[in-house]
Amino acid sequence: MAKVPINVKVNGVEHNVDIEPRLLLVHFLRENLRLTGTHIGCDTSHCGACTVVMDGRAIKSCTAFAVQADGRSIMTVEGLEQDGKLHPLQDGFFQEHGLQCGYCTPGMLMTGYVFLGTNNNPTEDEIRHAISGNLCRCTGYVNIVKAYQYAAQKMREGGAEDGAKNIA
Amino acid sequence: MIPRSFEYYSPRTLDEAVALLQKLGPEAKLLSGGQSLIPMMKLRLVSPEYIVDINRIPGLDYISESDGHLRIGALAREHQLESSEVVKTKFPLLADTAKVIADPLVRSQATVCGNLAHGDPANDHPATMLALGAKVIATGPQGQREIAIEDFFPGLFTTALEAEEILTEIKIPFPPPRSGGSYLKLERKVGDFATAGVAVQITLEDAETCTRAGIGLTNVGMTPIKAKQAEAFLTGKKLDEATIQQAAELAASESQPMDDIRGSADYKRDLVRVLTARALKHALDRAKGGA
Ligand SMILES: Cc1cc2nc3c(=O)[nH]c(=O)nc-3n(C[C@H](O)[C@H](O)[C@H](O)COP(=O)(O)OP(=O)(O)OC[C@H]3O[C@@H](n4cnc5c(N)ncnc54)[C@H](O)[C@@H]3O)c2cc1C
Repeated sequence: MAKVPINVKVNGVEHNVDIEPRLLLVHFLRENLRLTGTHIGCDTSHCGACTVVMDGRAIKSCTAFAVQADGRSIMTVEGLEQDGKLHPLQDGFFQEHGLQCGYCTPGMLMTGYVFLGTNNNPTEDEIRHAISGNLCRCTGYVNIVKAYQYAAQKMREGGAEDGAKNIA
Repeated sequence: MIPRSFEYYSPRTLDEAVALLQKLGPEAKLLSGGQSLIPMMKLRLVSPEYIVDINRIPGLDYISESDGHLRIGALAREHQLESSEVVKTKFPLLADTAKVIADPLVRSQATVCGNLAHGDPANDHPATMLALGAKVIATGPQGQREIAIEDFFPGLFTTALEAEEILTEIKIPFPPPRSGGSYLKLERKVGDFATAGVAVQITLEDAETCTRAGIGLTNVGMTPIKAKQAEAFLTGKKLDEATIQQAAELAASESQPMDDIRGSADYKRDLVRVLTARALKHALDRAKGGA
């Protein structure tokens, strides 16, 4: 099948690539761009391991075609760290032990990035509602909630000047 | 999982999209949120030759109010319902429903119009829209036409839309004062389709007497079901406990569930009874000003 040209900004870098329309966004990121931080978990739109941010919305990259990202901005877990400094969420997952095997973590981080960007003082219920599309089979979610709370507090204190800065 | 190959089109106007659907014929599929279509393409349950992606058509992502109606444009996503003030205050039934559809990530892509256009009796918005008495606007080569929601679901996975028509808007009349609604869904876990779901929207004349009742049922039949007998029974009655129980039994008798992994037909029918009674009580509270 004929390839089509797309122009996508990923973590601030523009890419002009020819792709097949049926190529999934997650495969484009991992295989064409070699950004393997975005994981493939269930591949059936259920687990959220492949979550990335497209034009400010957290979406499942296994349930979008790369061609849909033409002319849009994508942010992946590789885009969180800025100038060698961890994002408050990354710091939170480290401080609060928000991961064990780490497989769900990139998705949890990207969901949190958008969520805390719009609500940096969430209740525990709001956090649990926000992460209900991201499955974790290790932690029981307790430390993930704590990691979000840690990050939210850091963001309120202005420890990170970013908040929603990178949301394109 | 990799879908079969297809040709991709990305029209910039509605006219262009309709013209494409007309030109490409029945092998073309419209792509909006993609949250039903893409999983089905990955499983190769559907393999359209052409995809017409409407996401780049500007001006379709609205939730607005005019002429006594709430209007939901083709590209309004489920998550917009969750954060809309007018939806929260005037259409709690819609806000209830949006919260229990799939998960937040799916909701940030999936469209409300796509939830109806997919024609799946397991989807939650059809029941909601039946209860609210919504109309859908279809745009095709001959222009626009309005379809009453009760005529929109003729059969399993089919809708009243022609192949070259696009569902461009859902139109819902603003409820009169003293109205209330509620959506209750039993799901095994977040993101699961309903074992059964019940949408209720009522309007009261005075403290207790019901002047209009809308009841829609999710995933208990080949199509979304409008519980017409229960609705007619409630109209003009005082909503006391006995009346509510009788209406709930009627709604249960109007459901046509089947045995499957989510439960037996008998269990689901009884679930419709229980959920209808609870949703009616919740709607009644809200109609009287409660939350
Ligand atoms: C993990 C998961 C869980 C889910 N759980 C639920 C749930 O609990 N409840 C529920 O209701 N849904 C659920 N869904 C389905 C999801 O809500 C639907 O995908 C969505 O509502 C369909 O809208 P869409 O915009 O994604 O449509 P698409 O997937 O883009 O399209 C679906 C179908 O409708 C057609 N179509 C779409 N838009 C239009 C239009 N404007 N005019 C004409 N035809 C159109 C398409 O051609 C296609 O045939 C779930 C999905 C996933 C992936």
